[in-house]
Amino acid sequence: MKHSTSCKPQTGLHREGGRAATGPYSPYGEEAHSDADKASNWRYNFGYLDENTKRMLRRGLLKAVAIPGYQVPFGSREMPLPYGWGTGGIQLTASLIGRQDVLKVIDQGADDTTNAVNIRRFFGRVCGVDTTEKSADATLIQTRHRIPETPLKAGQIVVFQVPEPEPLRLLEASEVETRKLHAHQEYGLMHVKLYEDIARFGHIATSYDYPVRVNGRYLASPSPIPKFDNPKLHQSPALLLFGAGREKRLYAIPPYTDVDSLAFDDHPFEIQAWDTSCALCGSHDSYLDEIVTDDAGSRMFVCSDTDYCTSRREDAR
Amino acid sequence: MYVAVKGGETAILNSYRLLARARRGDAAVPELSLAQIKGQLRHAVDRVMQEGSLFDPELAALALKQAAGDTQEAVFLLRAFRTTLPRFGYSVPLDTAAMRVRRRVSGTFKDVPGGQVLGPTADYTQRLLDFSLAGTGSANLEEPTALAEPLPERLPCVLDVLNREGLIEPETPPPGDPAPTDLTREPLMFPAARATRLQNLARGDEGWLLGLAYSTQRGYAESHPFAGEIRMGEVTVSIAPEELGFAVDIGEITLTECQMINQFAGNGSAPPQFTRGYGLVVGEAERKAMAMALVDRSLRAPELGETAHAPAQQAEFVLCHSDNVEASGFVQHLKLPHYVDFQAELSLLRTLRAGFDAKGDAQ
Ligand SMILES: [Zn+2]
Repeated sequence: MKHSTSCKPQTGLHREGGRAATGPYSPYGEEAHSDADKASNWRYNFGYLDENTKRMLRRGLLKAVAIPGYQVPFGSREMPLPYGWGTGGIQLTASLIGRQDVLKVIDQGADDTTNAVNIRRFFGRVCGVDTTEKSADATLIQTRHRIPETPLKAGQIVVFQVPEPEPLRLLEASEVETRKLHAHQEYGLMHVKLYEDIARFGHIATSYDYPVRVNGRYLASPSPIPKFDNPKLHQSPALLLFGAGREKRLYAIPPYTDVDSLAFDDHPFEIQAWDTSCALCGSHDSYLDEIVTDDAGSRMFVCSDTDYCTSRREDAR
Repeated sequence: MYVAVKGGETAILNSYRLLARARRGDAAVPELSLAQIKGQLRHAVDRVMQEGSLFDPELAALALKQAAGDTQEAVFLLRAFRTTLPRFGYSVPLDTAAMRVRRRVSGTFKDVPGGQVLGPTADYTQRLLDFSLAGTGSANLEEPTALAEPLPERLPCVLDVLNREGLIEPETPPPGDPAPTDLTREPLMFPAARATRLQNLARGDEGWLLGLAYSTQRGYAESHPFAGEIRMGEVTVSIAPEELGFAVDIGEITLTECQMINQFAGNGSAPPQFTRGYGLVVGEAERKAMAMALVDRSLRAPELGETAHAPAQQAEFVLCHSDNVEASGFVQHLKLPHYVDFQAELSLLRTLRAGFDAKGDAQ
């Protein structure tokens, strides 16, 4: 942590230890992969956030773990990536990451989508920790929209990026009202919505961000993962943390917690299934992306989890 | 071939190079200096500082240069930088009555103590494009005439001076004068106190405030405002470190302050009187200060027992959507990949469509 004993106002560009004062600075860090450039980013605290902010975040996380599924308000900070692009997850990761951690970042299940690349590069610059694409090797996995197919292990932490932490928001716009509904465990609105789906379509018409009940108490958003991934939340050996930066809320599903996807006795919860298997690795039980391969609209289906798919193909060799 | 998402890293690096070249433009044209931006685009610099919540004209100029003039992108750059700054403490409350006023006008009283001072305003310029500015070296600047008599050192708000009849509500701190929330450290919670709301509005997007303020004038809040006083000038910033026990001046900032007065019919506990809306913004920002004052007043509806039926009267609606860093990020996040969710929706839609078609066939 940087400390200053002076209250003398300094203009940004001439601030002691300010970046422009010590030579050319590229805001994008094109050369961030060289050790020399990592060193030149020393002016940022490890993990970008200062230690007090990290402590504030960890205090919030402790509360979240103690009350599974409860949305804890926190003093979210502006990060150098846009709100809506993973700032909640980034802040949680920044507050937890240590020098020994091995970080994996995925978006849509893939390690090489642009936003995942960007977030991994960010932590490479401000932490310099080891990163991996292997789910099994990671101690910390930050994800947007998927849970890896490889089963999670005890000791792993998964950080979910959450755009809208409030599962009732589309049914009730007011935060004052939704907080009351949670306090009173009044989730009738959501049950009515699901019931109306059944009355109208014969089944529940929610395919992702499918609401869950955590530990029999709080209704929670699993983040916009496909409902295919919901069963992985139940009794997970890993610690599951959820960060919504723009909405300034965080919540948690501690290891081995009951997580139920809402359903009715006569309309049990079902996950997506495909008639086909992965065109690359042949998996029958992973979540598949549909890829349009030519102008005539030909399709192929491949695993959305790139690490899972690659490992299966390597093992088959 | 499965290539849909490969090569992200190379593509990103290339986008940096393209961006840098696009920003620089024609290399034959001299590069902008921060001094030029700071000195000649002061309104742009002010706006970036207001919405960026950081008073540092030099960094704001740098952000504007880096963002190639995109105000909101510059605000974002400044906010992200702000996150890394240590906090030394809080200033003592600013005393705007001691403002070194460069402009002060009232729309409600013809003559006010100290007089009306137009200052450097574009209000009466007739908005004809000045072609003499098209070239450089145009400066033929005339000396303005000095004020007949200098303004007094303290210039109390017109409303307070002229409120001998007690027809304008007094501006008093809330009971117990609690320390205000710091929205840059704590999340916005509801119900939000007026000090919290004002803080949100002060760093809120000017366009958002302007539109909401305008709506209150057009029937969406029955507002009947008068610009009681608008003043702009420099105010001293002081801090009082605990170990010193007294205040020390650390500099000065330019502020624009607006006191709107609004009709109020009274209710069970309050007599009919004029009520106030307040706007205070860093820099020269009259449009924003006025809009802020209108929105502040409309957000006081519940407190004054008025029905809050218009958007500008609903605190959650106004305050949750005022921040352009939040809004810009979330609107634009839609361009991120959503393959997984889209796939889920696609298969759901196919199911729904099959059901719909089967029903049609059956009929
Ligand atoms: Zn596969």
